[in-house]
Parts: sequence; C-alpha cells; structure tokens
Amino acid sequence: MIPNSLLLHRFPLLKTCRALAIGLAICVATPALANNLPEVQRLIKQGQYPQALEKVDAYLADKPKDAQGRFLKGLIYTEMNKPAEAIATFTKLTEDYPELPEPYNNLAVLYAQQKQYDKARTSLEMAIRTHPSYAIAYENLGDVYAKLASQAYDKALQLDSANSATQNKMALIRDLISTSGKGNVKPTAPIPASVASAPATMTKTPTAAAPSASVVTSSPGAASTSPSAKPAADPANVASDDISKTIANWASAWSRKDVKGYLAQYSSDFKTPKGMSRKSWEDERETRIAGKSGKISVSYDEPQINISGDRATAKFRQHYKSAGLSGSTNKTLVFVRSGNRWLIQEENAR
Amino acid sequence: MITASKFVAFVLAFAGWALVGIAAPGITPTAPPLVVSDSGPEPQLAKIFKEIESNRLDSAMQMTESLLKQYPNFRLGHLIKGDLLLARTSHIKSFGAMNGAPVDRVDDLRAEAITRLKGYREKPETKFVPRYLLQMQRDQRFAIVVDTKRSRLYLYENDLKNGGRPRFVADYYMTQGKLGSDKLSEGDKKTPTGVYHVTGNLPRQKLADLYGTGAFPINYPNEWDKRQGRKGSGIWLHGTPSNTFSRPPLASDGCVVLANQDLDAVAKNLQVGLTPVIISNSVEWLSLDDWTKERDDLNRAIEAWRADWESRDTERYLKHYSKRFKSADQSYEEFAAQKKQVNAGKEWIKVKAENASVFRNPGKEEVVVVTFDQDYRSSNLNNQMKKRQYWLRENGQWKIIYEGSA
Repeated sequence: MIPNSLLLHRFPLLKTCRALAIGLAICVATPALANNLPEVQRLIKQGQYPQALEKVDAYLADKPKDAQGRFLKGLIYTEMNKPAEAIATFTKLTEDYPELPEPYNNLAVLYAQQKQYDKARTSLEMAIRTHPSYAIAYENLGDVYAKLASQAYDKALQLDSANSATQNKMALIRDLISTSGKGNVKPTAPIPASVASAPATMTKTPTAAAPSASVVTSSPGAASTSPSAKPAADPANVASDDISKTIANWASAWSRKDVKGYLAQYSSDFKTPKGMSRKSWEDERETRIAGKSGKISVSYDEPQINISGDRATAKFRQHYKSAGLSGSTNKTLVFVRSGNRWLIQEENAR
Repeated sequence: MITASKFVAFVLAFAGWALVGIAAPGITPTAPPLVVSDSGPEPQLAKIFKEIESNRLDSAMQMTESLLKQYPNFRLGHLIKGDLLLARTSHIKSFGAMNGAPVDRVDDLRAEAITRLKGYREKPETKFVPRYLLQMQRDQRFAIVVDTKRSRLYLYENDLKNGGRPRFVADYYMTQGKLGSDKLSEGDKKTPTGVYHVTGNLPRQKLADLYGTGAFPINYPNEWDKRQGRKGSGIWLHGTPSNTFSRPPLASDGCVVLANQDLDAVAKNLQVGLTPVIISNSVEWLSLDDWTKERDDLNRAIEAWRADWESRDTERYLKHYSKRFKSADQSYEEFAAQKKQVNAGKEWIKVKAENASVFRNPGKEEVVVVTFDQDYRSSNLNNQMKKRQYWLRENGQWKIIYEGSA
C-alpha cells in the first residue's frame, strides 16, 4: 500500500509559459471562469487542497461537464487521500469521456494503491485501447503486470508477498493533456507522440519505504489545458515539442535499456566524449545500458530549450537511478535538426 | 510490447519438457497403447502449453485464468499465470521465472506439469487391461491400480456383464512418497508396491487438514511384505490440504494422495475390506486375449489344487506347493508332514473354493495373490474360512508359496 503522503510531491513547475499565456488570453475573454483552473492548479501545487477543491467546485458549478475541471477534482481527492471519491470522479469521467486515457490511468494508480491489480490492469488496458501509443499507461501496465505476476508467484510458490521487493512506482497523470476539454474532445488515436513519450519527472520519496509513487507532469508543449483554446501552431513551439520528444524518447529508451532506441536519438555526427570512435562509444553505451543488471530509471526536470535555426540546446537536471548508482546532474544536450527530427549532437554533464 | 523474440526462450523452456514424450515405457509383454485422458485439469493444461508453444500468449493467459477459476488453489496454474504476466514486462528465461523463486518449489511444480501432461497423453486404451486384475470377486465392484512411475491412479470397474473384465472408469494424477516407491522400512518416505485392499474409512471430522476430504488405510504390510521383511505402517489413500489443489508428484511420507475432488470421486466406489488397491512401479498391460489366457491358466491351477486335495493323495496335493512354502507358523516340511498325517485319517474330503479373486503382484517375480471362500468338509472335520494364497511361478508351474487365512 502506498501511503498517500507519498503522492504529495512538489508539483514540478507547471509546464510551459504557453499554457499560462493561453490562460491569460481566456482571462481577458471570460474573466470570471478562466482564471479558475490555473488558480486551482496553483493551489494544488501549493498543497492547498481544500481551497483547490472549493475553487474547482465553483468552476464545475458553471461547467459541470468540463473534463479538465473534473480531472483536477479527481486529482485533488487523490491528494487529499480520499481514494473512494477520487475513484468515483475518475470513473464518471471515463464514462463521459471514454476516449480520454488519463482518467483511466489515474484510476489504475488508485486501484493499484488498494492492491486491486486486476481492476488497475483493466483500466490501463482501456487507456491503451483508446491510445495505443500511450507510453505512461504502458509503463504503469508493466508495473501492474509485475505486481500480478508477483501475486501469482506468491500463490504458486507459497511465498509471503511482504517479501516481494517489487516497487510500486506507478505514475499518476497530473494533467489532462490529450484533450481540449469541454464538448470538443477529440478522440485522438493515435495520440500525439509528445503525449506518448511525456517526459517523466520521477520524484523519489525521501523515506526508505519500499513503495514509492512517481509523479508525472504533463508533457511540455502539449495541447492547452483550457477548455476552448486551440493548440498553437507556432513553428518555434513545434520545434520545441520535437526537441522535447527527442529528450523523452532518449530518457525512456535509456530507462528501458533499449540501446537501439537510445542511440537512435543521436545524430550521425555526434561528438563522442574524449574523441572516442563512434563504434567504441556505442559499445561502451551498450555495456553500460543493456549490460547493467537491474532497473535503470532516467528522468529529468523541465528542460530549458533555446532554439537557434537548425540548432538548439536543452538544459535540464537529470536524475539517474540504477541498482548501483543514483544521482542528479545538470545536463546540456545540443541538438541538430535532421529533417523533422531533432537529434543529439553533443552531450555535456556538469 | 510483446515481441516474439522475447518469448523464444520461455517457449523453448516449456517445449523442452512439455514435449517430453511418450517414451516407450518398458512394459511387457505389450507396449501400452495410448489414448488421451479427459479428467481433471490436464486437458486445459495441455491446451495452455500448446498456446504457449505457438506464442499465443494472450490466449494462453485467458485459458490459464479460466483454469484458475475452476481450480483456485492450483499452484501450477498460478505459476504459469505469473510467467505469462512477467513475460509481458520482461524477458522470461525459464519456467517459474520469478527472480529469486525458491528452486525446490519451482522444480516441484515443473515435475507436476510434466507428470500431468504425460498422464494425460498416455492414458491406457480400453481394450488393454492392467495385468494385475486377473479376476475380481463378484462383490468387488471396483479396483484401484496405481502407477507410481507415472504418478497416476486408475479406477477400474468389475464388469460382470462381460465376465468380470476390468473396465476403465477414470484416471487421476496422484502423489507418492518423497523418495518414491518400493517401501522397505518404517520412515523411508516411500510408497509400498504390492497387492493391497482398503481396510478402513476414517471419518473426516477426525482428520487433520493435511489429509483433505478423506482417508482410506490399506493393509501394508501384507503377508507377502512381512515375509520379505518390509516394515512400516499407516499407508493411506487420502486427500489434499485445503490450501492447495494438489501436491507435487513426490511429496508424501508414503501415502497415495489425490486432489480432494478426485478422492471424493474415487471414495464413492470404495468398499472397506474389499476394494483392491494394487500399487506398481510401472503398470503392465495385457491385451484381452492374453489376459484371458493368464486368468484361465491360474484358475486351472487353483482347480487342480482343489481337486487333488479332495483326492486325499497327499503326494499329488503337495506337488502344488513350492519347496520354499511357508505359512504363518510352518515350514514346507512341517506342513507336508502334518498334511500326510491328517489326510491318512480321513475317509473323504470335499473342498469348495468360491468367490475367488486373483491379482498378480507387481514386480519381477511372478507372484499371484489368490483369495477365496474355502468350504472344507471331511469325514471328521468341517471348516469354513476366507483363505489367501500366494502363488509363485517356478519353472513354468504355478506353486503355492504361502497360505493363510485372509
């Protein structure tokens, strides 16, 4: 059982300025309502859940159907350790918006906390059915399968499940990102790749308790969180999204020990460290990634991206964790555009 | 998420034993003909493994879940489920792939899987009968034959309409002693082999959970065992504790253990003091022709013994006895001397041997256990008893090597 307190992590900086900008735009249009959701999110971030609940209830009084508002309400209940209410809220949301994967995902996280792994599995399979490339749901489903496997083994081999060291690190989705809310929810299958590979900010609990929850923030540059906004098609934003995508793929492949997928994020003229040959560098990466026993987890905080023509830099704090090592570094990746993809040309850590 | 390559090793690990074949089981005189059994979880297990071998893991998972609905405490089923789930997240190298799984328990479940599948694939064909069941008494409605090598218990009916031919009813996976069969001594954790019968039906309320839904002691050690110096006691046919559907093939202290549902099915047919339980390392099967011939041979030998006893020609009568004969309290010489003396004083003898059962004793030596109601009348003495004889084939002739009351 995951103590709920473990879910109460600092809410990493709420993504892009763009989301806020849109919020402001709405503010101008319909001041009474529009400020509400960002305000709710701010209150959540500050851990002021009763106030957040009050605000979101006021918001929903006007827009009882609004998916984003209801999603945040479910999130608030989760944070307030009211799993029954949270489950009810997310369940209603899946009934009204069956095409949204996030409520299913969060339902699964809640079920998993209650060790109802079969229900968690069903929910995640629903999320994936609607969004076949939904990476977080896959990762969570992997954890649920591992849990179910562990339960089955306990029964098969008469083990005490308390001995099982399997960590529950299922990710709760913090934001409704594959929808623009309100009536115009689009069942977007396949979902935008930026969602599929949402960069994960894993925040490990400071306690040594076995289960730990991870918080996943929404993808930077994903569609608006506001009911009526349309995703901006600004080229710089597109580029920024593509770079975010590469970083996400890179971290995810690394975490999955998928060396091929990892190396695919590097450009052919990548500047290998210490002037190594490309081959020996690749071999070294292979050994250090695929050859590592146990799990690897790579996550990062919100990157700062600067784009200049066909080159870009992304600076972020990287969190690495493996069986033998864990630590955080400041990382700078230099990207070069290759067609419509951005690939890593330089990698520096401090 | 699920790639074919991920499962190759897993599948091979299964195939490696799931296909453990139908090796010719050294059975004389005829290799056992095989058809497919249809009882218990085996048919579903076989299907599940087939799906796994074909890399249809989702279908295998569905079948495993439905199997577990039917048998919620089936540990082997849970292990397969665990493997199938784990295969969805990581590379599976072997059966029971969990990290740090206790090797002995995984081995036990693997052995159970192999054993069950072999049992399923190698069911005896109906026109062959176990060599041991040569003749059942009219009132023995069923007989049990246990094959320890296959971990299988076969239930046969005494088919009176067909001249008392044994008719196959069902077969079940069974558990034997931790150290196998051929029990010799107290505490050797082995299951005895021989011709036994059910001697009791222990009330369930008085049983520890270990014995499951019922327990039926058998008469180990029997006369023959005692003569061979075999020791020990408390060999039962019983069920399974409530926390598991079944136990590994080698797990008891010598008892024959069935799943509770199987024990219950068998128990309905058991007659205390009557139902034979014949335990063999490797059941021999006869065609009906060979079976009839062997049965007729023995019945002729028994009839000749009876007739020669009535003749009061003691030399002829004693020819039916082996020089190695021993009763409970007499050697051959003592027995021969006594018979000569007794017969000399008789004007006539009438012997009836009725309601006989003839069971061949499993093992290398050709030994047959004959049990019948003996009605002895003579000029100076009448006696009725249930008699048991052990006959041994010496130089092609059936000779009595033991006799006593049953």
